[in-house]
Amino acid sequence: MKTLIYFLIFFNFKVYDAPYDAGGAIIIEWEWPEEKKGEKCDSVTIWRSTSREGEFEKIKTLVTILNSYKDIGLENGKEYFYKITLYYKDKIFESEDILSAIPKTQYFHLGRLNIMIGVFLFLTFILFFIQRAKKGISLFLRKIPGLDAVEEAVGRSTEMGRPILYIPGLSTISDVATIASLNILSQVVKKAAEYETNIIIPNRDPVVYLIAREVVKEAYTMAGRPDLFNADSVYYVTDSQFGYASAVCGIMVREKPATNFFLGMFWAESLILAETGATTGAIQIAGTDAVTQLPFFITACDYTLIGEELYAASAYLSREPVLVSTIRAQDMMKAIIWIIIFLGGILGLFGKKPFEFIFGGG
Amino acid sequence: MKFLEYLAKIDRRIIYLILAIFIIIPLIKPLNLPIGSSHPVKSLFDFIEKQPEGAVIVLSMDYDASVYPECHPMSRAIARHAFLKNLRLIGLTLNPAGTGLALEVMTEIPKEYNKKYGKDYVFLGFRPDITATILGFGEDIRKIFPYDYFGNKTDTLPIFKDVKNYDQIALVVSISGSALPVSWIYLARGRYGQDIAAGVTAVMAADYYPYLRTGQFVGLLGGMKGAAEYEKLIERRELATSGIDAVSISHILIILFVIIGNIGYIVLLKRRK
Amino acid sequence: MLQKKIPMFICFLMGFLLFFQFYIPTSWSQNFYSTILRWILGISSFAIVLAVASLVRHHTRKIKERKDIPYSITLLVSLVATALIGFIGGIKSGTLFDKIFNYIQIPLQSSMFAILAFYMASAAYRAFRARNIEATLLLLAAFIVMIGVIPIGDLIHPYVPSFAQWILDVPNLAAKRGIAIGVGLGIIATSIKIILGIERNWLGR
Repeated sequence: MKTLIYFLIFFNFKVYDAPYDAGGAIIIEWEWPEEKKGEKCDSVTIWRSTSREGEFEKIKTLVTILNSYKDIGLENGKEYFYKITLYYKDKIFESEDILSAIPKTQYFHLGRLNIMIGVFLFLTFILFFIQRAKKGISLFLRKIPGLDAVEEAVGRSTEMGRPILYIPGLSTISDVATIASLNILSQVVKKAAEYETNIIIPNRDPVVYLIAREVVKEAYTMAGRPDLFNADSVYYVTDSQFGYASAVCGIMVREKPATNFFLGMFWAESLILAETGATTGAIQIAGTDAVTQLPFFITACDYTLIGEELYAASAYLSREPVLVSTIRAQDMMKAIIWIIIFLGGILGLFGKKPFEFIFGGG
Repeated sequence: MKFLEYLAKIDRRIIYLILAIFIIIPLIKPLNLPIGSSHPVKSLFDFIEKQPEGAVIVLSMDYDASVYPECHPMSRAIARHAFLKNLRLIGLTLNPAGTGLALEVMTEIPKEYNKKYGKDYVFLGFRPDITATILGFGEDIRKIFPYDYFGNKTDTLPIFKDVKNYDQIALVVSISGSALPVSWIYLARGRYGQDIAAGVTAVMAADYYPYLRTGQFVGLLGGMKGAAEYEKLIERRELATSGIDAVSISHILIILFVIIGNIGYIVLLKRRK
Repeated sequence: MLQKKIPMFICFLMGFLLFFQFYIPTSWSQNFYSTILRWILGISSFAIVLAVASLVRHHTRKIKERKDIPYSITLLVSLVATALIGFIGGIKSGTLFDKIFNYIQIPLQSSMFAILAFYMASAAYRAFRARNIEATLLLLAAFIVMIGVIPIGDLIHPYVPSFAQWILDVPNLAAKRGIAIGVGLGIIATSIKIILGIERNWLGR
C-alpha cells in the first residue's frame, strides 16, 4: 500500500506566467523530493482550478524526468490555481500549498534585448562612418585579389570571344548570400556591357531568376546599352540540386565560357561545378559564405572570396564611399567581438564568465 | 627525368580510370582489410550485448537513399545484432523517403533468424510529425501507431502486450543523415530519460561527439567506417565492409597521387632553377 | 522615378516591420509573421510559372536556331511527358510517375553525387602542391585526416584517428568559427544596407 505524504514548502513548487510569450500559458515547476533523488518518479499529476476553494480538475498526468510543465490555452488576466501529486512505487507526495499565477501577454521579448542592442550599436557605427564618408574622409580597403580580377576576367572573355558564365548560387532570395551575389551581378553586367561581352546566367530558383533578369536588364540600361540585353541569357533551369549542376556542367562544356563566376550559396555541387569549369580552361572566381564549400572552391578556382568578402564585394567594386564605410562599421564590430572573446577567454581561465549574457538569445 | 616531370601533369582521365578500377575491385571481391574498433562503436555494441533476452530495441531508420551507403549498413547490422541476442525489435522511420529502405531491413533480416512478425519484431512504418511521434512513444506507442505498416491493429500484436512506452524500451537507435538524433535526445532522453544511440554520416559524426562525451548517446556509429566496425563486431561482413575497403583504397590512392604530383612539381621547379 | 521608389519603400517597410516583429511575442505579431510566410509561398508559386515558361522559351529558341537540338528536345519531351504522366496517373507510390522518380531521377542524382569522388581526386592532385610552408602544412593535415578516418589509421597507431579528430575539432573549428563571425556581421550589414536603401544594386541601380 502506498503511503500518502503531504509535502510542505520545501517541495520548492513554483507557478508563474510563461515569460516572453503572447500569453495564455503558465509554467509549473517543482523539485523532486530529497529522499527520492536518483529514483525515477512513476508519474506526476497536475491539478488546476479557477478558485482556491473550488474543485480541482486533473489537467495532465506526466511520465517524465523533467521537473516542469507548461499549461497552455489559458485566458489572459484570469487567475489559475495549481497543486501537484508525485507518484512513486511506494509513496505519493502531494503539495499542500496551492499556488496561483495569471497569464499575461508580454509586449517585448526581454530575452532578445542583447540582440537588439547589438544591432543598434552596429547601426550607429554604420551611420557614423557614412557621415564621415560624406564629408570626404576616404577609408582604406585592403586588396581583395578575387575582386581585382573581375575586370581582367571580363576582358579575357572579350578577347577570346567567349561568353561569361555567372552562377548566382543555388539558394533562394531569402538567403543574404544570393542578394549579395545579385549586387555583384549588376557590377559584372555593367562591365560586360562596356566590353559587349555575352553573359549567361542560369538559375535554380524561380524568384531569383525573375530578380536576376531585372537586375541584368537595368544594369544594361544604366551602362547605356539597353540594346545588348538578351532576355534569353537569364533563364531558369531546374529546382533539383544535381539536375542544376548537370545543366551548368553541360553549358560549360558546350558554350566554353572564358570566365566563370560562382558567387552565392552552394552545397555539395560546388566541386562538380568548379572542377568542370577548370577542365574547360576558364578563369574562375568563386565566393560563398558556406564554410564547408570554401575548400573546394579554393582548390579548384583561381580566386575565391572567403565569407564576408562576398558581402564586401559590392562596395569594393563600386568604391562608393557610402558603401565602403559600412565595411569599416563591420570591422569595428569585429574588433569589439575580438576584445570580448579575448577578455572572456582570460577570465574564463579563472572561472569567471562575465560576458555570457551578451551572446545568449531567447 | 622527363618521366618525373610528367608526374606533375598526369591526364585527369588516367586518374579517374585508376580510381574507378581500385574502387570497383573491393566491391566485387572484398579485400578484408583489417578493421579496428573505436570506442563509440564498441560502447553501442556492448550496450546491446548486455541486454537480456526479450529486451526491446527501437530502430528508427530516419534516412533516405542519398545516404544509403553509410546509413543502410548500420540499420542492417543493428537489426542483426538484436536478433542474434534474441531481442525484440520495433522498426519505424521518420523520413518519408526512407520507408522503402526501412521495410527492406524489417523484412529481409528477420527471415534469416526465423523471427516471427508481431511477436519478435514489428514495423510501424512512417509517421510525419516528428515531435508528436517521439513524445507519443513516451505515453503509449499504440496511440501514436494504432496500425502497423501492414495495416494490423497494434493492439492485437503480441509484442505490445507488455510494451507500452519508453519504460519498457531498452534502447532507441536513430540512424539518420540529418539532425533527427538530436530530436530524440531532446524529446525522448530529455523528457523521459530514454537511452539513445545514433548512426550518422561521417560528415555529421563530428557534430555529435559532444553528445557522446556527455553520455546523452550510449554509442555512436560514424559513417561507413562505423558501420564496418559494427559488422566486424557482430562477425557478419556485408555492405559496409566491402564499402570501407573501397573508401580506404581511394583515400590511399588520393594520397599517392598527391605525393606523385609533388615529386613531379619539385623536379620541374629544380629544372626551372 | 516611382519604379525605383515604390520597391525601396516596400523593402524598407517590410524590413522595419519584420525587424521589430522578432522582439514582440504577442499573438498579432505571430499572426503577421505567419501571413508574410504564406505570401512568400504564394509569390513563389507564381514565380515558378514564369520560370518554366522561360525554360521552354529558351529551349524552343535553341531548336529553331538548330543549336544543341538533341539536348533541348530531350528536355522539352521529358518535361511535358513527366507532367502529363503525373496529372493523368497520379503521383502516389507505385504509379508510373513514382517509378520515373525512383528509377531515373534518383539514380541520376546519385551518379552526379558519386562523380564528386573522382573530382576530389583530380582536384587534390592538381592543387595540393607544397609551394610554401602553409601549403605544406595543409598537405600534411590533409594526409593525417584522410588516414585517420579510415580503419588503416587505427592500425598504424591508435593516436592517428585521435590526432585527425583533434585537427578537425581545434584548428579547423577555430577557423570555421572565425569565418562564421565575419559572415554573420556581413549578413547584418548587407541586410541593413538593403533595408535602408543604401545598397540599390539589386534594383539594377
